[in-house]
Amino acid sequence: MLGFFVGEMIHSLFLINLSGDIFLEKHWKSVVGRSVLDYFFEAKEKAVNPEDVAPVLQTPHHYLISIYRGKIFFLAVIQTEVPPLFVIEFLHRVADTFQDYFGECSENVIKDNLVIVYELLEEMLDNGFPLATESNVLKEMIRPPTILRSVVNTLTGGTNVGDMLPTGQLSNIPWRRAGVKYTNNEAYFDVIEEIDAILDKSGTTVFAEIQGVIEACVKLTGMPDLTLSFMNPRLLDDVSFHPCVRFKRWESERVLSFIPPDGNFTLMTYHVSSQNLVAIPIYVKQNISFFETGSCGRLDITIGPKQTMGKTVEGLMVTVPMPKAVLSVNLTASQGNFTYDLATKVLVWDIGKLNPQKLPNLKGSLSVQAGAPKPEENPALNINLKIQQVAISGLKVNRLDMYGEKYKPFKGVKYVTKAGKFQVRT
Amino acid sequence: MTTMQKLLQLPVNAVNIVKTVQSQVQGQSQEEDKSPVLSPDGGQQTWYSALQPDELRHLRPGGSGGGGGGGGGGSSGGGDQDERATLDEGGGFQNQPLRHDDLKEMLDSNKDSSKLEAMKRIVAMIARGKNASDLFPAVVKNVACKNIEVKKLVYVYLVRYAEEQQDLALLSISTFQRGLKDPNQLIRASALRVLSSIRVTIIVPIMMLAIKEAASDMSPYVRKTAAHAIPKLYSLDPEQKDQLIEVIEKLLADKTTLVAGSVVMAFEEVCPERIDLIHKNYRKLCNLLIDVEEWGQVVIINMLTRYARTQFLNPNINESLLEEGGGGEKTFYGSEEDEDDEEEEKEKKSEAAALAKRKPYVMDPDHRLLLRNTKPLLQSRNAAVVMAVAQLYFHLAPKAEVGVIAKALVRLLRSHSEVQYVVLQNVATMTIKRRGMFEPYLKSFYIRSTDPTQIKVLKLEVLTNLANETNISTILREFQTYIKSMDKDFVAATIQAIGRCATNIGEVRDTCLNGLVQLLSNRDELVVAESVVVIKKLLQMQPEKHSDIIKHMAKLTDNIQVPMARASILWLIGEYCEHVPKIAPDVLRKMAKSFTNEEDIVKLQIINLAAKLYLTNSKQTKLLTQYVLNLAKYDQNYDIRDRARFIRQLIVPTEKCGALSKYAKKLFLALKPAPVLESPFKDRDHFQLGSLSHLLNAKAGGYQELPDWPEAAPDPSVRNVEVFALLERVTTLTSVPEWTKCSSREKRKEKKVEKPFYSDSEGESGPTESADSESDSASGSESGSGSEESGSGSESEESEEGSESEEEEEEEEGEEKDQKKKKNKEIKKPVQESESENSSEEEERKNERKRRQRKNDSESESEEEEDESESESSQSESEDSDSEAEVKKKKVKTAQTKPPPKPAKTDNKKGKKEMSLLDLDDFEPAPSPQVTPVNNFLSNSLVTDLEGLSLSDNVLSPATISPSSATKSYELLHRITGEGLSVEYCFSRQPFSPDANMVAVQIEFTNNTTNDTKNLHMEDVKLQSGMRVKEFPEIELLPAGETTTAVMGIDFCDSTQAANFQLCTHSRKFFVSIQPPVGELMRPVFLTENEFKKEQGQLMGMNEITEKLMLDVKCRNEHAIVQRVITAANLSRVPCGSDKECRFSGRTVTSSSLVLVTVASKEEGTAQLMVNCEKMVIGTMLVKDILLALTQ
Repeated sequence: MLGFFVGEMIHSLFLINLSGDIFLEKHWKSVVGRSVLDYFFEAKEKAVNPEDVAPVLQTPHHYLISIYRGKIFFLAVIQTEVPPLFVIEFLHRVADTFQDYFGECSENVIKDNLVIVYELLEEMLDNGFPLATESNVLKEMIRPPTILRSVVNTLTGGTNVGDMLPTGQLSNIPWRRAGVKYTNNEAYFDVIEEIDAILDKSGTTVFAEIQGVIEACVKLTGMPDLTLSFMNPRLLDDVSFHPCVRFKRWESERVLSFIPPDGNFTLMTYHVSSQNLVAIPIYVKQNISFFETGSCGRLDITIGPKQTMGKTVEGLMVTVPMPKAVLSVNLTASQGNFTYDLATKVLVWDIGKLNPQKLPNLKGSLSVQAGAPKPEENPALNINLKIQQVAISGLKVNRLDMYGEKYKPFKGVKYVTKAGKFQVRT
Repeated sequence: MTTMQKLLQLPVNAVNIVKTVQSQVQGQSQEEDKSPVLSPDGGQQTWYSALQPDELRHLRPGGSGGGGGGGGGGSSGGGDQDERATLDEGGGFQNQPLRHDDLKEMLDSNKDSSKLEAMKRIVAMIARGKNASDLFPAVVKNVACKNIEVKKLVYVYLVRYAEEQQDLALLSISTFQRGLKDPNQLIRASALRVLSSIRVTIIVPIMMLAIKEAASDMSPYVRKTAAHAIPKLYSLDPEQKDQLIEVIEKLLADKTTLVAGSVVMAFEEVCPERIDLIHKNYRKLCNLLIDVEEWGQVVIINMLTRYARTQFLNPNINESLLEEGGGGEKTFYGSEEDEDDEEEEKEKKSEAAALAKRKPYVMDPDHRLLLRNTKPLLQSRNAAVVMAVAQLYFHLAPKAEVGVIAKALVRLLRSHSEVQYVVLQNVATMTIKRRGMFEPYLKSFYIRSTDPTQIKVLKLEVLTNLANETNISTILREFQTYIKSMDKDFVAATIQAIGRCATNIGEVRDTCLNGLVQLLSNRDELVVAESVVVIKKLLQMQPEKHSDIIKHMAKLTDNIQVPMARASILWLIGEYCEHVPKIAPDVLRKMAKSFTNEEDIVKLQIINLAAKLYLTNSKQTKLLTQYVLNLAKYDQNYDIRDRARFIRQLIVPTEKCGALSKYAKKLFLALKPAPVLESPFKDRDHFQLGSLSHLLNAKAGGYQELPDWPEAAPDPSVRNVEVFALLERVTTLTSVPEWTKCSSREKRKEKKVEKPFYSDSEGESGPTESADSESDSASGSESGSGSEESGSGSESEESEEGSESEEEEEEEEGEEKDQKKKKNKEIKKPVQESESENSSEEEERKNERKRRQRKNDSESESEEEEDESESESSQSESEDSDSEAEVKKKKVKTAQTKPPPKPAKTDNKKGKKEMSLLDLDDFEPAPSPQVTPVNNFLSNSLVTDLEGLSLSDNVLSPATISPSSATKSYELLHRITGEGLSVEYCFSRQPFSPDANMVAVQIEFTNNTTNDTKNLHMEDVKLQSGMRVKEFPEIELLPAGETTTAVMGIDFCDSTQAANFQLCTHSRKFFVSIQPPVGELMRPVFLTENEFKKEQGQLMGMNEITEKLMLDVKCRNEHAIVQRVITAANLSRVPCGSDKECRFSGRTVTSSSLVLVTVASKEEGTAQLMVNCEKMVIGTMLVKDILLALTQ
């Protein structure tokens, strides 16, 4: 060992599945032996859930920074000081890229596209330092697989490596390539708001806030310069942007001005100022109780509409992680289906649309392991729901203008409200 | 899937596939055939033939054994079956590795497709971590393959195995060298990338050359690659450090965003200690930052954090001094500390506070620049960038500004759990120092049952840190929910948290204790145990009040089995046995019974309990104690045996050791201090936040310590960019805003030491001294004995200078100095003229000198020169012009943009002779020394600039301003109403030295009566809220017929509201009021064109007012426009490329809001006026005023 450290940010990367098999490794410098992973495996053994493995582990000579995505651990081996978030964020970007390339990020997909994955990693990091992480740039260098191209490649012996040299990296706007052409020019924006809330036993809101995101799908020819403005930008309390958004203009005029990347991207995320009262679309009446004797308990849940902005609540679903002692359930649902997974002890009640005239109800008895003590805590209810065509904060897009190109694009904006981390304590 | 099926599926590639499949069928792994070293030419061929028999040997067993050939990994069939088929064979390696021989064969084939196929499999092998090193010779041959896809995969292979096969790797080098010359930038870049990734020491010189060349490549992308290559080479051969630093220095000067991040990364890895390399690039890096790619931003921000810590002063200096004095005392000085120390400390403290008071902290504009330019990045989508900015603010910003990061960090809590994990660790550290910052976001740290345990525990930590008297009840209610959680580790952590809240907040201690006591009846033993441990700690604080709790806990010994909890209870009972005198012996009795079955820690505590009881209540417990000690004597654990022996000796008095046993009671029952429950995150902020070291709370390899703030700021001029030497000189001269504030000489001296702009070697004390002596005669003699440059005759001096300037062409500093000298000369002449013309008293000249000196604090030798030139009044006009010519010559030589100062001078001379000196001298203060000047700046705008400022003859003591013709005077008191006293006032446009936020108003009193007026002073000032007035000093006597002036300061709060007051004489009172025109509510600010545009871009929309106008006939040239605007408002001209546009900038006096004015003239006298100002009212009023000025 030389007496000095020359770090590279990321020395090696390992992909490990849940059962501990290493199915891909890449080293950016000299090879690091797999034995270093023993420390990780030890931590993984100890953890009850894979999420409980500490993201940063220390070994005598290395540091292991890992993320858990799509039932895979992405584990980076580090030798020297580096901001941990730098590595974590990068690993997530790798996972995002896989997702983008292959439609999902799973062990099978990666195994099936091993060479592409390897080439991607080669492009994304140089000497352990991120080089090209914009999916637009990568796609020019390494084409994602499509069914059609796979067939053609097989016939011609071609590969997915781009044979044209990329241009995006060299322009001032690395996120967009030059020479984009479409016959139908379209720009779609989905305003998606999620309600994070904690309701307590009595139905009072302990905590509630709205997190929003604008997902865009822009398919426009040339170099369009877009401006998107809101009716009520003052609602937005905290924002974060795709690098394409000109921050100065947001600061001064509260409009989003940007040259969009080609295709799908997240334009911005926002947080609605906490001064605004958050409308909670539903109320939950619940009664879960366990009896000291008789090894049983009762459950009774009713859900009704509260502040729904005149829209229908859809996709209503209640997930209840039951105490370990609950052996089985004997319930009847007035609407929808429910399942109880004996292994994970999770009760899922899939309700669907919420009918204000006939409120959905789930009730019945729970049977508890004989002799086991009465569970201390009642399980919390996790709620999923969806309301179409409304952003619960009241945020509205005012207009979308395009400059720099002659044609008239088709523009569309859609609003959806969902439940984010929506929990009811019982 | 059988081989036949595969064949059918892949008709076209059949030939290849047949080969593949066959070979696969036959294949076996073949670890043993390590490749021999490949001889350069033709050697391969022979090697191959030599291998033939070997191959045959493998074919035989392979044929019989390998039926399962292309097993295909069992992946499900789908639409992309075909694609998969080829890869599946690759996948087959896992079970049935394809023989390397066959791969070699494929690589040797003429067909690209088959080469590609082979390369894909090889890369797949590498990806799986299988060894493919013996294929090296076969692969390396293909490095020159035309097919770009094959090539790429070969590169991948090369980089992986070159280190192991150094000799062979050399074969590929020439290909890359050729690639480095390719016209396509991407090929150049990729060649350099691979070349530098080959870890073979022998090619170090080649790499070095390649990097150097690439560093000056036209393409920024190639330069970026060069930056990436630097650390690679450095790790290969640290000897190259010096050369690499040169390259880094060069690349640091690069102006493209693409390169910035990468080169800073290289800097950090090769020479993080060379902070001096950053100086010249500091401002550029700050300005580029927002456009750099995300990863580069993180690296740059982290580096700049360190940089700032070495270059700027602690913005919280005053506060931290006070803080230390106030809050620190409790923790630092326990009761034992002797008084003296404390007093000393107090002294120090007061000293420090005094120091802080004396020297008001002024943030370096560069420090501000960094804070301003990083702030928008808090909005980045990249968590690492947000964290980087957050830590920068935490470590560098004034306390009041740190708050902005809280919101962004809270936002990150919505991200992936790993991100949350890291962010929460950092928030936990921050909340200890800056609790208030996160208090508004308390609820964002509430815990959900679905959070992973480690996140829960961290959130708990943050909540605990945030707890205070006001929110504790909310937090405790929240904790109550957590205690019921199924996650027992989390419950345990919650109990600990409650304990900490209880110790920190006295008001809730009892509530918490009661709550915890209730938990003692919890069914879960872990919960109870944790509660016991925490209660034990709490009880130590006030045991006497809680004997019932101790009793309650004594009962628990029957049930609770967790050793730690049992031990805690026993310790409690032992410690406070006096509070439970009846129960304690009983507990001991029970424990003695079960002694042998207890865990070791419990046994130790039983012995302790026995000993303590024996000492306090020996009558009841003597036998029990002996019994316990006897049991312990034979225990298996030697610790316990030792303890028993030791205690027996100590407490049971025998003849031998009576001395010690006397003190047994003191030993055992000493008063023990209550434990402090501290956050594990306390003091973690000595690590740079966001770093790995901070997270682990241990120094990681390569961690760069965050330096402490310097005591005194290092020379800020090092960040000035050299190219614009003269201009810069002008601005540095003008950019000492502090000078306005110092009035006594001592302070000036202080300043001078602090801010040596030109730390030229010739003893700073010299010139100051000469100035101090301040007698004209002295100055003459001094100059004679003085500096090196002081020639005896004009001729010699000139020649000397000439030679000097030539010599110093390369030395920037020397040249600057030289220039300065010239400049001073020019200044001097008019001095003399005015002196002779006005024949003014020495008094005035002294004042002038004083003034000059203030200016010249930075220029150490100018004083000397002034004196010198004064004494050498014989110096002729011609010499002056000669030296000017010299300047011009130099300008040409060095090809730098230096404005000829001549026109300025002549113009001034013509205009108002007596003012010219002051003009040059009193170039108005600009907020920052940062300049990126425009070429033609001085040539046309210096003149006007000077004109605009001509009135600001600078006097620091506010009593001696001579009114000037150009300032508009307003009447304050008419001589009729004033009964003979007439008073006029004007806005002198001076910085008002006692208070920078005030507008200086110069008042001229004339006594038209025949009697003396006495005791002129102000009274009964009536102001709008927020406004302030600094009264002029009382004028004791104004003789009849005399005129005198005084200066007062008014803070108008950036409004045009009048200041009303009474003007009093010894006999009368007059109600008067001063109302400022809007143009006087600002002070000029020097901006460059770029800065102007940038600032203007930020002041659009509501803050921009535009008006069309028809220019007055007499006001159609640039000169006139400038003059009129500057008369109307106290603004400074901004250099501008076009003569159609005049720009002006200033800041409002009170709030320092920027005021930007643009007058764009168009054909036929039409023009457009635009005012950008954050203060809309000011902007609107200003538009009206300027409009009026330009149209009339």
